Amino acid sequence: MAQSNSDIKYLTPIAVDTKKKKYCRFKKSRIKYIDYKDPNFLLKFVNEQGRILPRRITGTSTKYQKKVAQAIKRARHLAIMPYVADLLK
Amino acid sequence: MLNQYETVFIMTPVLSEEQMKETVQKFKDYLINKGAEIVLEDNWGMRKLAYPIQKKSTGFYFLIEYKAEGSIIRDMEVAFKRDERIMRFLTVKLDKHAITYNEKKRRLAKEKKAEA
Repeated sequence: MAQSNSDIKYLTPIAVDTKKKKYCRFKKSRIKYIDYKDPNFLLKFVNEQGRILPRRITGTSTKYQKKVAQAIKRARHLAIMPYVADLLK
Repeated sequence: MLNQYETVFIMTPVLSEEQMKETVQKFKDYLINKGAEIVLEDNWGMRKLAYPIQKKSTGFYFLIEYKAEGSIIRDMEVAFKRDERIMRFLTVKLDKHAITYNEKKRRLAKEKKAEA
């Protein structure tokens, strides 16, 4: 059967909104406690200036965002992480 | 009710090894006197601070984990404040997740040690 002319062919698939869905890494990997003594892990939740990244960027759920914030603040108090910095990463 | 707590404190780097041990001993004795049961003590040693405290850029870190009555914490913190050798301290009450996390961490560390 011959193909009708109305069929449009694309060489590459069109970029329909294929954004990756964000997820909460704590829920996914069942992390219950966030250690304030581990700066390398907490570094994932701050930007280069050392500010805590918002949920909308990291995808963390509210419950764990609170714990992340608490852990980062504790780490800052103990000079494990800086309050302000530049080029942290 | 006994709660499990964890205290991290930073001592000034000007102390000698002996003075440092003495300071640690002082607070350990305090806890034991008040009927606390020490679960773990961990000397992190000299560490670089993320920002200067009292114009010092390094400090001796020490961690004590213990089970104690909640009422003794306040007096201990006053003692920390009064002690000039202590630059910073933080006491945290451990919830059940924290306790399991710490136990797991300790177990892993032990296994690693056994392997090595």
